[in-house]
Amino acid sequence: MIDSALMIAILVSAMRTATPLILAALGELVVEKAGCVNLGVEGMMLVGAVTGFAVGLTTGNFALAFMVGALAGAGFSLIYGVLVLVFQVNQYAAGLALTILGGGASAFWGQTWQGRNMRGLQPVELPVLSELPVIGVMFTRLDVVVYMALAATVIVGLILTRTRVGLILRAVGENHDSAHALGFSVVKVRFAAIAFGGAFAGMGGAYLSCVMTPLWIEGMTAGRGWIAVALVVFATWKPARLVLGAWLFGLVSVMQIHGQGLGLAVPSHVLAMLPYLVTILVLVLISRDATRIRLNAPGCLGKPFRPTA
Amino acid sequence: MTPRRTSIFLAAALGLGLAGPAAADDPLKIGFVYSSLIGDAGWTFQHDLGRLMLEEEFGDRVETAYVESIDGGADAERVIRQFASQDFGLIFGTSFNHMNPMARVAAQFPDIAFEHATGYTQDTNLAIYHTRAYESRYLVGMVAGLMGDSLGVVASYPIPEVLRGINAMTLGARSVNPDFTTRVVWISSWFDPGLERTAADALLDQGVDVLAHFTDSPAVVQAAEDREKYVVALGDMAQYGENAHLTALVYNWGPYYVERARMVLDGTWETANTWEGISADMMTIAPYNDSVPQDVRDAVDAKMEEIRSGAFHPFQGPLVAQDGTEKVADGELPDDGMLLSMDFYVEGVEGSLP
Repeated sequence: MIDSALMIAILVSAMRTATPLILAALGELVVEKAGCVNLGVEGMMLVGAVTGFAVGLTTGNFALAFMVGALAGAGFSLIYGVLVLVFQVNQYAAGLALTILGGGASAFWGQTWQGRNMRGLQPVELPVLSELPVIGVMFTRLDVVVYMALAATVIVGLILTRTRVGLILRAVGENHDSAHALGFSVVKVRFAAIAFGGAFAGMGGAYLSCVMTPLWIEGMTAGRGWIAVALVVFATWKPARLVLGAWLFGLVSVMQIHGQGLGLAVPSHVLAMLPYLVTILVLVLISRDATRIRLNAPGCLGKPFRPTA
Repeated sequence: MTPRRTSIFLAAALGLGLAGPAAADDPLKIGFVYSSLIGDAGWTFQHDLGRLMLEEEFGDRVETAYVESIDGGADAERVIRQFASQDFGLIFGTSFNHMNPMARVAAQFPDIAFEHATGYTQDTNLAIYHTRAYESRYLVGMVAGLMGDSLGVVASYPIPEVLRGINAMTLGARSVNPDFTTRVVWISSWFDPGLERTAADALLDQGVDVLAHFTDSPAVVQAAEDREKYVVALGDMAQYGENAHLTALVYNWGPYYVERARMVLDGTWETANTWEGISADMMTIAPYNDSVPQDVRDAVDAKMEEIRSGAFHPFQGPLVAQDGTEKVADGELPDDGMLLSMDFYVEGVEGSLP
């Protein structure tokens, strides 16, 4: 019933579904590693989606579209940064406000771009890999952003674990008072992390509006920002697991759709719930102190920083 | 999570209108409550075309106003009440979610005419109206049957409205192509462009020729265009599918709005439960794609006239469900009660209901 061509189609679809999640979740992972929870991912994605689409449509240059989407997301995230780092506003409230504001602002600004059609970013053919038997065809049907998102995950993983910058970032996230005492600027590091998160959320949004469904409609992220937030916890703050989680999520959602089309009796509601169920399980686990450390949760996650000296 | 913008500003802006008793020669003020933005190319856009038709028809005799992005609940009630307290004579709620707020306000303003689309709560000053979309679905199904051999449907929720549409398209297609089959994918959402696209791609990967959708975004049309297949769309989305967009079912609220406004102007308005389609010009189909041959157009146009005149009903007997049971006997017409509670697939639809 499922031949190899269909298998490849499912994998391609799953990879495409996972890519905006990987981008947005990777950004959020860095933010959380620095000790902040930004629930504004959905809003930042929408801002990135509308600006990315506007630039893609007017210039036809998708590199520029993703760059502007990233810049817009980063700029927008600074609202959260100022609220949380300067005015010490509750992080969860500030993040929710960013989501609501992003939804409204993008819808307002996007009115001009609604109803416009665009030919999206097309797949590229990878040399060598595309000549492999059976799975080779897969490497002719994915776009460059899919690969770049994976590369970014590897790079971020290396930076976090193998470099001084990563060490400082983690120090700020684990114990901001100690980091402060050592002379690092907690506020600056967190600002940078938040902007990084905004940029990647913006690119995730741009992927939706420039590649997956090359159009702009208000609210088009349809909850993917929340899935990205959940994925970070699901991945226990580890970039490699984050990719696996996103792929699993993509595969599950594509499989249940294919299952329906093929008339298989798949309990689709159960499958669709699976990523969330695991997230809840992880949340329950990290609320127990002993396993918390093992699972990597940054020590100062969600706690406001008030410099003592 | 669907962000809902603050429509407070718009509602407050309406408050600037001068209050006071309406004189006989004052224009009739007509208010519209929309559930989304007009620019969505879908549901609200088509209602707004109706509003514009009202303005064109009556000119200075009417004055229209609308508030966008009102989902329901307290927001809707506030906006409807605002309209009512500013001497609006006729108020339309265009989304199912406006039903309860509108019923509450209507009870307090017995002299104002209220109209609610797609609901079921009626009152002496609250009329309800809806369209027989399945008539157009049958016609676009015929187009699909003449241009391809299988239909892939990106569906939202298995409610009677959607099942009527799936069945009507399948019946229309099989009337001209007896081996035609329909596959359905339920995505449990009215709006999720990414998921709509994934579902459309999945159906195309499984080999269907023509797509159809019940969801709001043009993502399905884009999928068909990208993969060089066909689509019969929901609302005219031709700009998203230059080659793929064969036709679409189109809601046409204008004639109804004009008729109801005329009744208010004449003082003959009374509550009603309207469920009309092609014969009342409330449903139609979008212009055909250039690739649709003349004989196909002729066949579909002829069927449209039969539906208009009442000579043909898409669900007329013999109507046989997927499991072989006879739902409408040969030579008989279905009653509206059965249509409104439809809970089965007809022959030709694959898979089982979720």
